[in-house]
Amino acid sequence: MIRISNVQKAFGSAIVLKGIDLTVEKGELVCLIGASGSGKSTLLQCINGLEPIQGGEILVDGISVHDPKTDINKLRQKLGIVFQQYNAFPHLTALENVALAPRVVAKRSRAEARALAQKNLEHVGLGDKGDSLPSQLSGGQQQRLAIARALAMQPSYMLFDEVTSALDPELVGEVLETMRLLKSEGMTMVVVTHDINFARESADRVAFLCQGEVCEIGTAEEVIDHPRKEQTQKFLRREQRKPLEIVRSSVA
Amino acid sequence: MIGMNGYQFYWSIVWDSLPLLLAGAWVTIQITILAFIVGTLIAMPMAVARQQGEGWAYRFSTWWVELSRNTPAVFQLYLFYFGLGAFHINIPSYAAVLIAVSFNNAGYMTEIFRGGLNAIPRQQLSASRSLGMTSPQSFIHVIFPQMFKVIFLAYVTQGIWGMLNTSLGMLVGLQELSGATQYAQSASFRTFEFFLVTALIYYLIAKGLQFSSQIAFRLIYRS
Amino acid sequence: MQFQFANQGLAWSDAYFLAQGLLNTVRLAAAATLVGTLAGIVLGWLRTVSVTVRIATAPIIDILRSVPMIIQLILANSLLSILGFGASPFWFGTVALGAWMSAVTAEVVRAGLLSVPVQYRKSARSLGMNGYQELLYISIPLAFRTALAPWIGLVLSLIKDSALAGVVGYIEYMRSTQILITRTHETWLLLMGAGLFYFLICYPVSRYSRHLERKVRV
Repeated sequence: MIRISNVQKAFGSAIVLKGIDLTVEKGELVCLIGASGSGKSTLLQCINGLEPIQGGEILVDGISVHDPKTDINKLRQKLGIVFQQYNAFPHLTALENVALAPRVVAKRSRAEARALAQKNLEHVGLGDKGDSLPSQLSGGQQQRLAIARALAMQPSYMLFDEVTSALDPELVGEVLETMRLLKSEGMTMVVVTHDINFARESADRVAFLCQGEVCEIGTAEEVIDHPRKEQTQKFLRREQRKPLEIVRSSVA
Repeated sequence: MIGMNGYQFYWSIVWDSLPLLLAGAWVTIQITILAFIVGTLIAMPMAVARQQGEGWAYRFSTWWVELSRNTPAVFQLYLFYFGLGAFHINIPSYAAVLIAVSFNNAGYMTEIFRGGLNAIPRQQLSASRSLGMTSPQSFIHVIFPQMFKVIFLAYVTQGIWGMLNTSLGMLVGLQELSGATQYAQSASFRTFEFFLVTALIYYLIAKGLQFSSQIAFRLIYRS
Repeated sequence: MQFQFANQGLAWSDAYFLAQGLLNTVRLAAAATLVGTLAGIVLGWLRTVSVTVRIATAPIIDILRSVPMIIQLILANSLLSILGFGASPFWFGTVALGAWMSAVTAEVVRAGLLSVPVQYRKSARSLGMNGYQELLYISIPLAFRTALAPWIGLVLSLIKDSALAGVVGYIEYMRSTQILITRTHETWLLLMGAGLFYFLICYPVSRYSRHLERKVRV
């Protein structure tokens, strides 16, 4: 379980998160939606400990992420994260990308790590791309590679940070399909997204973030189809009016 | 022999001393490679420190960089050779040249590496940290391999400059290629002939280093 | 009273000796910079416009960059002596450092000229400028902008390399420092003086060069 309580975060004098409370149960898929700059991505990076926080606490399976006594590198093995920019390691082949962390972090043997990597590449449909360099893969393939890389650490949670926003429209489908596959296998997921349709179809719960606060939270039906708060209604109206292309370019 | 202004060129004496020169060339190559490795190992953490822009490690490496780039290499050699000697720490000239060239290499390489680090997206570090790698693991497995690819040409050029700097060994009595030549020619005073051959050997070493580093690049980066 | 000879301390006359060395360093660096830059500009321009010159001079430039300066100084010294120029060490140093400077300056000049976007040159010609006018008013000013920072970097190298001119008997600052060290054993004081001297010249120059580099890039 991920328990986020009263988390506050500022970049210098700009306050990004003003006391966020959110709980993610095991096996749940929670979508975070909201306008650009509402703090969704920052929150995700805080869960992984990539960003420090100024107040509050984030507990992952009861362990505090930002406690200096916590072994953050060990905790991170439970938390896979996939970014908007795929961040594949350009100097390594697809297989090596996936095998690196199992080898150097989880201290598995080279052969074990490679077998594990191959299994995870197959899982995301890249079984035949092991020897390709990231530059030889499409954006969608690179993003699936990033998912496989995170999965290879056998995490309990997967965090997705606008993973389809940088993709060409025709490549979005394959990545979403991979995410649905993970969901069907019972993976606990926190997904920051601009894709309202994906949220409606797949999310167990949707949280609408607005100006650094959780404005509205509930099932997809409650938040997306029958929003109660005025800000949520305004945001959704704007999102649905925007053609998809513009949404993407404004994010990228 | 063709004379110039009555000067007779006399090459066979150089030929006779060739084993001596080649022994010197071997010392030159040794120091070049060692100073290249030592310089690299020092420059890697210093480049990371330089990128931070604050703290004692930043100030330390900034001093190192500015001192090595803004004073003559021969001054740096004298500093280690005569300077330490004044404290009765007498180091052999081989060690003095190795230390001085490594010091110089490290300073220049730090700035080369820093430029390379700036060219790598910050998210590469987040991505590797998010997989549970420690900071040193991330640099060793993810950041530095990419950095070396970006700066390879400048890096090899610095290695060759380091090789040229080893010739200062002559000034502290080390029998590397220049020192050995100086010694060999002192009996005959055939300065021009001797040093022309030496220049040729330096040129061949430089080309050899360049060529072998290009092969290494292809092997490492599969391109 | 004891008679001391081998280990004399520093005297005021040594300050004069050092000042002479300082002046000699400045003279040599200035002369070699001047000679090398002028020759380098001509060479660089020729190498840009003429394939023949480019091919013919390529090995020379390559060699000057792959052979230690100390060897180049010794070779210039002995070759000029053989040729019967009973010239002074000052000229030996100027020739060797100037030759190196012209080779590396030529490359900087060439890179600068090649960096001028071809559409600027075309539009200048389309306005009716002839090739000479285009070079004078368009290519040279633009090339100067890109070449200035690397050229300053070369001057910096030259100043530092001038510290080697002692091997051909030229008493520049480093050599005079070394002579005094041998005589007085005031090693650290003299070395610090030398370090400070070069640093005070080189540091502002390199800062300025980096500042220019950043300006050009923006």
